[in-house]
Amino acid sequence: MRPHELLHPTPAGLYCPPADLYIDPVRPVARALITHGHADHARAGHGAVLATAETLGIMAVRYGEGFTQSRQVAVLGEAVRIGAVGISFHPAGHVLGSAQIAVEAAGIRIVASGDYKRAADRTCRAFDPVPCDVFITEATFGLPVFRHPDTAGEVAKLLSSLALFPERCHVIGAYALGKAQRLIALIRDAGYDRPIFVHGAMEKLNSFYESSGVPLGDIRKVGAAERKTLKGEIVICPPSAVQDLWARQLPDPVTAFASGWMRIRARARQKGVELPLIVSDHADWDDLCATIREVGAPEIWVTHGQEDALVRWCEMNGIRARPLRLAGYGDDGEAEPDGAQATP
Amino acid sequence: MTAELNSFAWLLDRLAYEPRRNGKLALITDYFRRSPDPERGFALAAMTGQLRFANAKAGLIRALIAERADPELFALSYDYVGDLSETVALMWPERHGAAGHNRPAPTLAEVVEALLTTDRRSLPALLAGWLDALDETGRWALLKLITGGLRIGVSARLAKTALAALGDLEADDIEEVWHGLEPPYAALFAWAEGLGPRPEASDPAPFRPAMLAHPLEDEDFDRLAPADFSAEWKWDGIRVQAASGLNNQGRRVTRLYTRSGEDISGAFPDLAEGIGFDGAIDGELLIVVDGRVQSFNVLQQRLNRKTVSARLMAELPAHIRAYDILYDGAEDVRALPLAARRTRLEAFVARHGAARIDLSPQLSFDRWEALAACRADPAGAGAGPDADAIEGLMLKRRDAPYLPGRPKGLWYKWKRDPALLDCVLMYAQRGHGKRSSFYSDFTFGCWRADDVLVPVGKAYFGFTDEELAQLDRFVRKNTINRFGPVREVAHGAEAGLVLEIAFEGIQRSTRHKSGVAMRFPRINRIRWDKPPHEADRMQTIETMLAAIEARTAAPSP
Repeated sequence: MRPHELLHPTPAGLYCPPADLYIDPVRPVARALITHGHADHARAGHGAVLATAETLGIMAVRYGEGFTQSRQVAVLGEAVRIGAVGISFHPAGHVLGSAQIAVEAAGIRIVASGDYKRAADRTCRAFDPVPCDVFITEATFGLPVFRHPDTAGEVAKLLSSLALFPERCHVIGAYALGKAQRLIALIRDAGYDRPIFVHGAMEKLNSFYESSGVPLGDIRKVGAAERKTLKGEIVICPPSAVQDLWARQLPDPVTAFASGWMRIRARARQKGVELPLIVSDHADWDDLCATIREVGAPEIWVTHGQEDALVRWCEMNGIRARPLRLAGYGDDGEAEPDGAQATP
Repeated sequence: MTAELNSFAWLLDRLAYEPRRNGKLALITDYFRRSPDPERGFALAAMTGQLRFANAKAGLIRALIAERADPELFALSYDYVGDLSETVALMWPERHGAAGHNRPAPTLAEVVEALLTTDRRSLPALLAGWLDALDETGRWALLKLITGGLRIGVSARLAKTALAALGDLEADDIEEVWHGLEPPYAALFAWAEGLGPRPEASDPAPFRPAMLAHPLEDEDFDRLAPADFSAEWKWDGIRVQAASGLNNQGRRVTRLYTRSGEDISGAFPDLAEGIGFDGAIDGELLIVVDGRVQSFNVLQQRLNRKTVSARLMAELPAHIRAYDILYDGAEDVRALPLAARRTRLEAFVARHGAARIDLSPQLSFDRWEALAACRADPAGAGAGPDADAIEGLMLKRRDAPYLPGRPKGLWYKWKRDPALLDCVLMYAQRGHGKRSSFYSDFTFGCWRADDVLVPVGKAYFGFTDEELAQLDRFVRKNTINRFGPVREVAHGAEAGLVLEIAFEGIQRSTRHKSGVAMRFPRINRIRWDKPPHEADRMQTIETMLAAIEARTAAPSP
């Protein structure tokens, strides 16, 4: 068996013929393995879903309990057999519950890493390198210009802006799943213990994180009446709400956005961001390269993002690599497209 | 001691993210207040585009990064970021703990001084040493300084406004003395802060800020009285201010300025040398061959040149069609009403008799309808064969003084309606600067008789930010081919996107595959509703061209 007979791209997603299952399918299928809960990877309407307990929980929070006909919990590090294929889940360090998925048959192991990061994050399990024959890596930040700075420095930027403008509300756009909770945890780690105000769309996921053992401190939902009273406070909301009427009712807001894209000035300006915070839940260029070396796979498949540059780097370093053009994932938006958090 | 380049870098970085004009002004004024001479003077020079480094250029930066990064990875990164300085600043290898990392960052004055005086061979090592010593923001600011064009949303005018706000001056006060002063402007800062006298402009031919017009809106006709206005053709050349006078040694100095104060005398020596008056006039720079004004496309051959050949000057001689006067000898006549200035101008032009300067005629009209008729048919309203070099009308209040900037209610421009064509989107390329990473440069085509699409032009403007995001999404979803940075977009009879293109003129061109070149094409509307096979055909363009040629062929010399 050759690697592409074990796993190959189809319009519905990455397909594994010997087990008749898909990884992160973008269309409803009979059997799906899900790497993590972001809306472009985890969709409702499959026949059966195998994912970590946290990812299943997140899907239930977002889509309701009926998001799939049947579900099975994948325990990290434990192999499951489907037909002739061995399947195991391993932490990816992306968001709570995120996992890489290893599929193995006839002596070939392919690891689909989904989205991942290597930077420290106490809101999820750290990435665990898995030796394999083919490593499928994301390439969201697959250009050598993307080098995420130390997160403590980014939070310090936020706190010093708060000190500089105590009369202005600091409103931060952050994706509802993962980014928001990590940002809150980072702000808490910097010693900030005032209440942090959040948009209603984030409430359920915050509760889910807390019930999964990630304490976030004093978190308060912003009610319509309170918006005008939030001088000098931190407000976190989905990116789409930042440019919205919702944020305009806040007192003289400083517009911030937490994302790896904030590294590029033009990107920040296009979004009207005044205070860019470079905080990402994806690996940066240096970490992508380091991970490829660490995993040690002789062949790399590169997907969603800047495939060309990472393929080029692999070639320069004597590693066989090819782009895997998968449609339907956040090729350009970090984590998930705007509006994904509006899904019921 | 603070490293002043870092302080300047911090300012540029903050400016890049500050959307509000008042916010930008406050940041710059605050920087001027906090920073000593000559740091702030060089910062002002950088923001007003007054720094030119003969040896330090973008090519030097490319060479440095080529030694440190794979060319293909650099090309992909540059294509994505859309800004050379930022790409290199981000890719530059950080030297953690290496020798040289603890070197102090240079001051802005040291950097400027060294860039002006260091020879070509020593520059790469010097620049690399600075880049090693700076953080990302510092590297970015340093590279921006070298490549010029800071692109941080700060115009020269805004920087001067911020300087004026140090005391109680206005930006126009700064403009009055600006030409003739050199960086680092110590005397100018002292004056602005109320600590010194007004610096003397020693330049005998300085630039004076130009008066600009507002577009005429439909509702203006009901508010404005025709009797209060005089009308002229709006010439399709470039706005030019010609200033001339004698310097301290008694030698004549003549300069031609664009409306923003850029000195373009070097490109038009034929025009500048023929000027012998003392004073300053305002008019349109045009190419006139055999008494006929040529189109903008012809004028373009003489623009953006450092030197110009004798042959080109003989073939395409430059003229000024004058419409206003600012200085009559040593007398500042800008406070006079337009009607009085016009009388002065007519006498001035007659007195000096320069062969290359004539008057822009005034149009007589009593009602707006009469003027609309002129606008619709300039050839029939007295412009004759010059009609193709007319892009509309100018309306100016007879009692208005000459005021700098764009004062309300005094000058209006009434442009000709643009021509429209429905074209099909064929290729897209990423933009630069503000549009970096968006597909914002669009090539579009029309149908040939054999139902093949032929590209007829490229447009980068005309859409809102929201429409740009929609177009970008369309391009990504409908890409059928990639050629380097260019994406080919689906364009069949049924699948594809129709763009309504507005443009100011069209002519035959041997440089374009389609054989035509459009003037100022822009996306007027996105026709999501229209199937591609209903877009315009080359035959429509042929008809347009034939109409233009019929008009211009008749009185040909």
